[in-house]
Amino acid sequence: MKSYDVIIIGGGVVGCMTARALSRYRLDVLLIEKESDIGMGASSANSAIIHAGHDPIPGTLKAEMNRLGNPMWDQLSRDLDIPFKRTGAYVVAVGPEEQAALEGLLQRGRENRVECEIISGEEMRRREPKVNPEVSGALYTPTAGLVDTFAACLAPLENAVMNGVEVMTETEFQGFIRSGRQITGIHTNRGDIACRWVINAAGVHSDEVMHLAGEREDFHITPRKGEYLILDGAEFKLDNILFPVPSAVSKGILVLGSTHGNVVVGPNSVADPDKEDTAVTPAGLEEVWSGARKLVPELNPRAVIAVFAGLRATGNAPTRAPGVTYSHDFIIEIAQEVDGLINLAGIESPGLTSAPAIAERVVELLRGAGETMQEKPDWNPIRRARPRFSQLSRQEQAELVRRDPRYGRVVCRCETVTEGEIVAEIHAPVPARTYDAIKRRTWTGTGRCQGAFDLPRVVDILSRELGIPVTEVTKKGRGSAFLVRPTKEVEA
Amino acid sequence: MSDAKQYDVVVIGSGPGGLAAAISAKKTGADRVLIIERDVEPGGILLQCIHNGFGVEVFKQDLPGPAYAQRFIDEAFQVGVEFMLDTMVLEITRERRITAVSRKHGFVELQARAVVLAMGCRERTRAQIRLPGYRPAGVYTAGTAQRWVNVEGYMPGKRFVILGSGDIGMIMARRLTYEGAKVERVLEVMPYLSGLTRNYVQCLLDNDIELQLRHTVRRILGKNRVEAVEAVAVDEQMNYIPGTEEIIPCDTLLLSVGLIPENELSRQAGVAIDPITGGPFVDDSFQTSVPGIFSAGNVVHVYDLVDWVTEAGLTAGKSAARLVRSGLAAGDGPALPLKAGENVRYVVPHTLRPDHLADGDIRVQLRVRQPLERPVWVELRSGDKLLHRKGEPYARPGEMITLPVRPNLMDELKAAGELTVAVVAR
Amino acid sequence: MPTQMEKVICVTCPKGCTLEVTREAETILKVEKAGCNRGTRYAQQELTDPRRMVATSVRIRGGLHPLLPVHTSAPFPKPRIRELLEALRRVEVQAPVELNQVILPDALGTGIDIRASRSMAPVHSAD
Repeated sequence: MKSYDVIIIGGGVVGCMTARALSRYRLDVLLIEKESDIGMGASSANSAIIHAGHDPIPGTLKAEMNRLGNPMWDQLSRDLDIPFKRTGAYVVAVGPEEQAALEGLLQRGRENRVECEIISGEEMRRREPKVNPEVSGALYTPTAGLVDTFAACLAPLENAVMNGVEVMTETEFQGFIRSGRQITGIHTNRGDIACRWVINAAGVHSDEVMHLAGEREDFHITPRKGEYLILDGAEFKLDNILFPVPSAVSKGILVLGSTHGNVVVGPNSVADPDKEDTAVTPAGLEEVWSGARKLVPELNPRAVIAVFAGLRATGNAPTRAPGVTYSHDFIIEIAQEVDGLINLAGIESPGLTSAPAIAERVVELLRGAGETMQEKPDWNPIRRARPRFSQLSRQEQAELVRRDPRYGRVVCRCETVTEGEIVAEIHAPVPARTYDAIKRRTWTGTGRCQGAFDLPRVVDILSRELGIPVTEVTKKGRGSAFLVRPTKEVEA
Repeated sequence: MSDAKQYDVVVIGSGPGGLAAAISAKKTGADRVLIIERDVEPGGILLQCIHNGFGVEVFKQDLPGPAYAQRFIDEAFQVGVEFMLDTMVLEITRERRITAVSRKHGFVELQARAVVLAMGCRERTRAQIRLPGYRPAGVYTAGTAQRWVNVEGYMPGKRFVILGSGDIGMIMARRLTYEGAKVERVLEVMPYLSGLTRNYVQCLLDNDIELQLRHTVRRILGKNRVEAVEAVAVDEQMNYIPGTEEIIPCDTLLLSVGLIPENELSRQAGVAIDPITGGPFVDDSFQTSVPGIFSAGNVVHVYDLVDWVTEAGLTAGKSAARLVRSGLAAGDGPALPLKAGENVRYVVPHTLRPDHLADGDIRVQLRVRQPLERPVWVELRSGDKLLHRKGEPYARPGEMITLPVRPNLMDELKAAGELTVAVVAR
Repeated sequence: MPTQMEKVICVTCPKGCTLEVTREAETILKVEKAGCNRGTRYAQQELTDPRRMVATSVRIRGGLHPLLPVHTSAPFPKPRIRELLEALRRVEVQAPVELNQVILPDALGTGIDIRASRSMAPVHSAD
């Protein structure tokens, strides 16, 4: 049986950031992910915002982790080559009743020690001409930003792998192996693996994982689905982050730019007991569209090029801090019922923003539990992304093609993604082995034609590079193959 | 940057529009003519359209798509048109500087005296029709499936539902059946057929495939691979009719819900685009709003018959060559705007130069808004004055109408103001 | 002898007239609602000996693609199309092939040839 010091369950942004944080120390670390690729849950289906942190209830773990995480993104994005823009964000009040709510948000922001100010409706219209002309004012938070949310998983995990962490995809946690109170390993669909510590970063399933250790029986995750629409940046431009005045349940339906240059609208918030249900619904899209129209009335329906949905891992954990009433806080703690388990659960917004801070908290928890945490002298925090043809200058493009002619063959016409890039991702440290994995890494298939042109070509490349028949190339892992048989073969 | 290679006419795309343009440019006096094609061989979309129906007007024959293409490919080579294959154009500037890239040729910069845009169309996507449900493998546009079945040699599924009664969808229904798959249903949201009746008979009726008008897909089921679609009837306002839902088990959904002219390069070059056609505003020489940039074929508006695409390409190529030779694509004479009138959704070209009638007919092409299943007049008017009209036995949005404007109208048109085309019941 | 009326959609031109054909067993008594007399001839043909142009593909070795599109040299008897497709599924040709080259002569004894819909050159290596 293979043996590790630490096994991380879950390849979302929290698991990946934790892997990177732990890779700094002399520990044998394994990250397991049940899907065919990392980041396939909420980590690639969210608003992609690094939140300023004005919004969480002061005193909660959410507020603390947001506050600690936000400033980390400048260095992180530089070290790991994660696309990130600190654009600032606005909570837009439409009409006089909403204007009053801004004061409350300002107070809360100040309590959370977040830089924020209220600007006039006129100033808001100047900064974003497309905003609803009835805007009465806005809360401006300059420290908010946009990030490439999948890169925020891939980059730290690649860096972790470079520094010795191992990754196993299509590996599903099934139970704990214990000796008395002490965890000594886990059962998976690929067999048993020994370890001293398990980090539960299992997203919507993090409650199930901790229950298998008898931990926090009354903690439950009730996923909340959020649906989104993406508008083609070439048809509709908007570079800001616009929030509505929030409700009790959620930050509301936003309109924002993206690091991809597109415009994203969403999410709504609907409780959904099915933890695998990321179906997009007509009612959901309608709700998102009309909510977004309130902020930006001239949103153009013809510019919509994609829709998607994600599930928030909303938990029911009350805040531990005394005097604070809030019942959906993060769980970031060492388990009580067993030894060797750290639970990172109920991580919904501001989870992405908080992820690097949560990862550092894991390091502290381990240290506090007696782990030596000896630093590796040769730990390399720097990870360089592979070249993106469409983002290079003409000169750089020409040079790249000269170096490797595969960068001369454009496979995704709408996003100008070349064969060279796709091949590079298939052979990268955290490799792409499915169409969707290539899509997440390179933006192939995310443009106007949504893959109609590139799909057969990418299938071909995957088949060739992985040495598998085209009928075994999948969209997202087992059971999602594209092609069933050669044209001229028919079953009897 | 290295010096750009000089060409007289550069054509983007080697489908029927591009091939015709290049051939006619070369034959009417342009010296260096180049076609840039992103695929590894010329022919464009015709290479995967292996069914018959091409060339009925141009050759008086009923040819399969690849055979039709080959006539022009062979002629292009014969007359000395150059080809750059497996090459993608990245950018075209207003000044007709072209940046392209290819495995074989590397990074390429060209300068053209005239450009003909012939990039064709892309297909409308699932997201554009807001089709709810999961995002499993097995949801494809009909063209992508056609490429796989006919060119790459693979079947994308076993049991199909096709959304949209456009020609591509119906053709694929037959094709898939021929190759041993089962097509369960064709669903069409409108109350009328979107494509040609001939295809309804020869693709659907012949193969016992049921067509349901006023139906659509409400959602897709299946997380990893399509398992079924939920079909539903719609009313006149396109609302779902409760109680009409039907789960149709299948493993593949093909979308044949419309074509969109592919004008990203055109936009980047500053070419003005008509929001109704989705293609450039053009005059009757097929020059766009940018001097020296022409366009032909489906990139201008979606045609039903490839023969008219060829015609448009021949005109555009000739105009491009004239520009190269004489500095003028078009005569100096006035250009009259040509607008869509009663029951007409759009008219191409958008402007017409009466002077050009000296060279022969000008073909005006249009589509109606609503079907009229009875005899109609297609009328060319200037204000209230009727200049010319043609009788048609019916008018359908899915069948483009051609109104030839003959040289004998030249004087009347010269005296006219803004022109409109209308389609009215007889 | 009882007469029966059948509706047939004519596909000779895109108009697609719905013809009403009255017949007594094998004899066509009259064809109504035809827009022109091509429709009458079509009805005769369609009800006695329906034929279709058939386009499909066959396997090809050594060419740029694994399939070669082919077509019937004349309209083919509709009831035998399935049989034709079965027969063609078993055919494999070798590149090079020329446009209109006969791939299968006298298919199923009908006197109709199956011809190549394009030329396909041989390739020496997969690029």
